[in-house]
Amino acid sequence: MQSVRRPAAATAELSALARLGLTPAGAVWITLLVLIALVAVPVALGNQPYFLNVLTNTSALAFISLGVWVTFSIGRINIAQGAFAMIGGYTTAILSTRYGLSFWLCLPLSALIAAGVGALIGWPILRLRGVYFAMITLSLTEAVRLAFLNGGEFTQGATGIVNIPRPAGIDSPLAFYLFAVVLLLLGLLAVWRLSTSRIGWVFRSLRLNEELASSIGIDIARYRVLAFAFSCGLGGLGGAFFAAFLQNIYPASYSVIDSVNFMLYCFLGGLDFVLGPVVGAFVLVIGFEILHGLQQYQSLMYGVLMIGVILWLPNGILSLRLRTRAAAGSDAEVAASSDAAPGPTAR
Amino acid sequence: MEQVLINGVVLSVNYALVALGITLIFGILGILNFAHGQMFMIGGFMVYYVYAVFGWPYLVALATAAVVVGLIGVAFELLFFRRVLRIAKREENSMLLAVGTALLLENIALFAFGEKQRGVPPLIGGVYRIGNAFLPAGRLLVLVLSIVLIVALLLFVQYTKPGRAMRALAQDREATLLMGVNVDRISALGFGIGAMLAGLAGGLLITISAVNAGIGTVTSIKAFIMIMIGGAGVVAGAILGAIVLGFAEAIGYALIPGSTTYLLIFVGLILFLIIRPQGIMGKPWG
Repeated sequence: MQSVRRPAAATAELSALARLGLTPAGAVWITLLVLIALVAVPVALGNQPYFLNVLTNTSALAFISLGVWVTFSIGRINIAQGAFAMIGGYTTAILSTRYGLSFWLCLPLSALIAAGVGALIGWPILRLRGVYFAMITLSLTEAVRLAFLNGGEFTQGATGIVNIPRPAGIDSPLAFYLFAVVLLLLGLLAVWRLSTSRIGWVFRSLRLNEELASSIGIDIARYRVLAFAFSCGLGGLGGAFFAAFLQNIYPASYSVIDSVNFMLYCFLGGLDFVLGPVVGAFVLVIGFEILHGLQQYQSLMYGVLMIGVILWLPNGILSLRLRTRAAAGSDAEVAASSDAAPGPTAR
Repeated sequence: MEQVLINGVVLSVNYALVALGITLIFGILGILNFAHGQMFMIGGFMVYYVYAVFGWPYLVALATAAVVVGLIGVAFELLFFRRVLRIAKREENSMLLAVGTALLLENIALFAFGEKQRGVPPLIGGVYRIGNAFLPAGRLLVLVLSIVLIVALLLFVQYTKPGRAMRALAQDREATLLMGVNVDRISALGFGIGAMLAGLAGGLLITISAVNAGIGTVTSIKAFIMIMIGGAGVVAGAILGAIVLGFAEAIGYALIPGSTTYLLIFVGLILFLIIRPQGIMGKPWG
C-alpha cells in the first residue's frame, strides 16, 4: 500500500505488487488517495464542521460495510451487520457510562465482543447458504434490536443510553474526521491484506464451491466462522465509533434498513473489489448530501438506484474502470485479472 | 386457553396465505421475494381505501387488493427479475434486486399512503362463544375466507394446466421447456399469483389489526421465519411453518409481555436451525 517504486528492484517490486493484485498505477492512486484523505481534506475543510462530520459519518459507514464485503467474499449475504454495529455501540456505551472505562479500551473490547457474539451465532447459522443465510441474518438484525429493547435496566430499553463520553484527546470535528479516516484506512489495509493472503484465497474457494474446498482438506466450518467473526468485529468497531461520535445509542439506531444499506454500499461499489464498499458508501452518502433537496426522497432513490444498478451495472461502479481499460486493451495484466477474477480480487 | 387457541388458528391461517405466496414464487423462480411484506401492506391499504374510504363492499375491496398487488408482481417479473435472472453471474443479484424492490414499494407506499396507522370498521357484528373463548364474527369470516383461498390455491396448483406447469417448473426448468410449456408466461403468472396471495392476506388481516406503511419488513421477516421452519419451496412446509408461527405468536402474546415474544421466537429459530437447517419438510439446500 505504501510501497514506492524503486527503479533498481523494479521487476521484483512489480511482481510483488502484481501478486498483491496491485499495479504500479494502482499504488500511485492509493498513495494519492491517502494524501487527499489525511492532508488535503483537513486543510480545505478544517473549519467547516458540517462537511467534516458528513465525511466522518461516511468513513465510519464505509468501515462497517467492509465487514459485509468480507462475508460476501465467502459467498454469504450478510444482512446482520446493523446488529453487530449495535452490539459494539452498546458495549462502548455501557462500559464507558456505567464503569467509566476509557474509550480507547472500549473500542477494542467492542470489536472483540461483537466478533465473539458473531462467532457464537455464526457457527450454527453459517451452515445455511444463499437465501437461507440472508433470511436468518435479516431476522438477526431484528432479534438484536428486540434484545436491546427488552434489556431492562442493563440497556435502558427504548430510552437508550445518552451522554456517552467523547474519547480522550478527540474533541473537535477535525479530530473525529482524522480518527474515522485512519480507522477506515487501517480497516481497508487489513481487509486488503486478508483478501490477498492465503486466507483470502480460501475464502474465495468457499464462495465458489464449499464441497470442493472441503475435499482438498480446508476446514470450511472454521474458515467461514473466521470470516464472519472478522466481519462482525469490524461492525462492532464501527458501532463503537458511532456511539462515541454521536454520544448516544438507541435500539432504533440500527434497523433492518441500515443492514440493507451496508450491503448496498458493497454492491454499488462492486463486490469484486476491496475498495467497493468504500466507493459505494462515499458515492451514495456524499451524492445525496450534494443533492440536498432530495433528502426526503433518499430512501426512495436508494430503492430505484439499487434496482437500476443491478439491472445495468451488475458488477458495481468499479467494474466500469475495468471495462474501459479492457476495451482499450491497455495492459495485459488488467485483462488477465478481469478474466481470472470471478471472485473478489483485491485492487 | 381456548381463546389463545382460537387466536392461534386465525393467525395461522392468515399467515399460511403469506407463506404460500412466498413459497410459490421461491419454488417457481428461485427468487426470495423480499417485497412480500410490502405487497401484504399494499393489499391492506387497498382494502382500506376501497372499503373504508370509498365505502364499497368488502369483497370488491378484497378483489381490488388481489388484482393490484398481483399486477405489481407480474410487472416486477416482466421488468426486473426476468432480465436479472438472464444476465446474473452471481446468485446474489436476484436477491439484491428483491431487496431493492422491497425498498421501492415501501417508499412509494410512504408517499402514497402516509405514515398513519389505518384500520377498517368490523365487517359484521356479533360474537360467537366457544367454551370460555370468544370468536368475533368478523374474525370467523376472515378465517373462512382464508381457508377458502388456501383450498382454491391448492386445487389450482394441483389440478389445472397452469398449476401443473408451475409444479413442473419448480422441479426442472429445462424439462418443462422441452414439454412445450411457455415458461416465460408461467413465471410471470406464478409471480403474480404469489404476490396476489400477499395482497389478499393483507386485505384480510387489516380487518383484524390495522396496517401502516412500515409493517412490510416485519411481515417479510415473519414470512421468512415460516419458510425457514417449514422448509423453503415446499407447500406443506409453508402451511406447517405458518401453524407453528401463528400458535407461537398467539401463545407468546398471551403469556409474555410485548416484543419479548419475537425475541424468544428468534432464539428458538436459531436453535431449531442448528438441528435442522433445511426446515421441517425441506430438502437440504432445496
